[in-house]
Amino acid sequence: MNALPALPLLELSIALPLAASLLAVAAGRFAANLVFAIGPAMMALAALLCLAVSRHGPLEAAVGGWEVPLGIALGADGLSGVFVVTGALILSAVGLFARRDFGGAPAETPRGYTFWPLFYAMWAALNAIFLGRDLFNFYVALELLTLAAVAMVAYGGTAAALRYLLFALMGSLAYLTGVGLIYASAATLDLERLHLVLQGDRAVLAGAALMTAGLLAKAALFPLHAWLPPAHGNAPAAASALLSALVVKAAFFILLRIWFDMMPDAQSPWLTQTLGMLGMAAVVYGSLLAIRQGRLKLIIAYSTVAQIGYLFFVFPLANGSAFALPWSAGAWSGVIFHALSHAFAKAALFLAAGLVIEALGHDRIADMKGIGRALPITWLAFGIAAISLMGLPPSGGFMAKYLILTSALAGGHVIYALVMIAGGLLAAIYLFRPLGAAMAGDNLPDIAPVSRRRQLIPLALAIAAIAIGPASSLPYAFLQIGLPEGAS
Amino acid sequence: MTITGALLYALCGVVLIGVGTYGFMTRAHLLRRVLAFNVIGSGVFLLIGALGRRTAGAQADPVPHALIITGIVVALSLTALAVALVLRHVGETGRVVLPEEDAEEGG
Repeated sequence: MNALPALPLLELSIALPLAASLLAVAAGRFAANLVFAIGPAMMALAALLCLAVSRHGPLEAAVGGWEVPLGIALGADGLSGVFVVTGALILSAVGLFARRDFGGAPAETPRGYTFWPLFYAMWAALNAIFLGRDLFNFYVALELLTLAAVAMVAYGGTAAALRYLLFALMGSLAYLTGVGLIYASAATLDLERLHLVLQGDRAVLAGAALMTAGLLAKAALFPLHAWLPPAHGNAPAAASALLSALVVKAAFFILLRIWFDMMPDAQSPWLTQTLGMLGMAAVVYGSLLAIRQGRLKLIIAYSTVAQIGYLFFVFPLANGSAFALPWSAGAWSGVIFHALSHAFAKAALFLAAGLVIEALGHDRIADMKGIGRALPITWLAFGIAAISLMGLPPSGGFMAKYLILTSALAGGHVIYALVMIAGGLLAAIYLFRPLGAAMAGDNLPDIAPVSRRRQLIPLALAIAAIAIGPASSLPYAFLQIGLPEGAS
Repeated sequence: MTITGALLYALCGVVLIGVGTYGFMTRAHLLRRVLAFNVIGSGVFLLIGALGRRTAGAQADPVPHALIITGIVVALSLTALAVALVLRHVGETGRVVLPEEDAEEGG
């Protein structure tokens, strides 16, 4: 087992999906079957990575043997580990699901040909972000992610993809300007070195603010969310699942790296309260709009706008200067749990919605009577995922909200606690509407057949979202590995 | 404060960013917005290069150059994607502006 850190786990986690992306171009209509090889390989890599981190502490790798001042480092701590594992599980499940919609057989189609290179490029970009230790590397990975994500949205509608791309373009320029300002002050881009040398002078703060603004556009935090509902609501189900579960979290992940690893002392009350208030506004606004939607996928998309808001509670509740307080580590872990359980639950919801569209040919709630009877497994998955989104025990969503709520109350942030409770109630309202419609009526609707095996995929994802709750002690301890100073 | 060459370039970059941002915000024509993105991008590259020059004294620092070259490649590929999407949008709708429909209508 001592050989584990010597394996090139970090490099392979990025290189393998990148190679698969190229291979998928060459494989043409056989590309859909690559997931049977790459999926298990990536899951094994992610498991080995976590094993190595839990035994030997945070991992570091100098790519190509070039040490940090010259080269670009990769690194893995507990936070990277849980995101890499979550990514591997969700991408594998979605890859299996997407084989029917984007399979090549019997003839090659433009969709079948283009989806798989994008899919694996997205995987590589996500892992490059989760394992990144360099501000500019984050930028390159984020742009690769944007390219893949915008192209996937374009399957569902050109206008939605263009709107998404325009937001993303401005976001990436803001981020890049911030990187330039920080480099001009510190002459390094490595997170660890920046943490040591950065002084909170104005150029650095301006750079960090620009990077943050750019990332908020990519994470779709209210009020920069306008692109998300049409993009996620109209893309094919498999693409929507990836976008909502993982892509928006990647931008949030970089924000965590900037404000908790790179400059934990620079968080001012002004910044943390602003981000926290935007998060609260997102929870209320997204939930209210989700209630008003008439289409299933738009309800789920607006729910993503709302659920992203909770992630930003990490800034007021666990900010750097207060990190030594006993409850702030709880808020930090709670937000990570929320990101993970939301990823599984949202992927399950979008895949279930995709099956409903496959069966009915539409996703209008008003015309869904009796679909619950026709697709019982799909709606079981929908219901189980909904439990986690509402935050009912014993789900992962409950665990997350419990941790955030206790630390909000312990820190005297009553308003955040109130918004969390209101958000849970609103989630119950917008998720019960489609559930109620699906269970109504006595007769079976006329539907296209849906294979039972594909219905099991969202069910497995939904069960994973629940299982994070009872099994949370293991990832909780793991998350503390390599946590920013003073938080363990 | 004396105006050095590097500072002049940095200020030019800032002006380009401002002009580009104005164009991006005020124009609805999609191709103009893509062009505005490129104008801002040039300004950002100029700024990064000038700032890198300033901190390194007489010898220019190669890292900002590497950032700029990578940034140009990224901007080029994003522009290509954007132009392809604009062309498809024009082919589908015959219009070069985004429909200002509410997100709810979508589809």
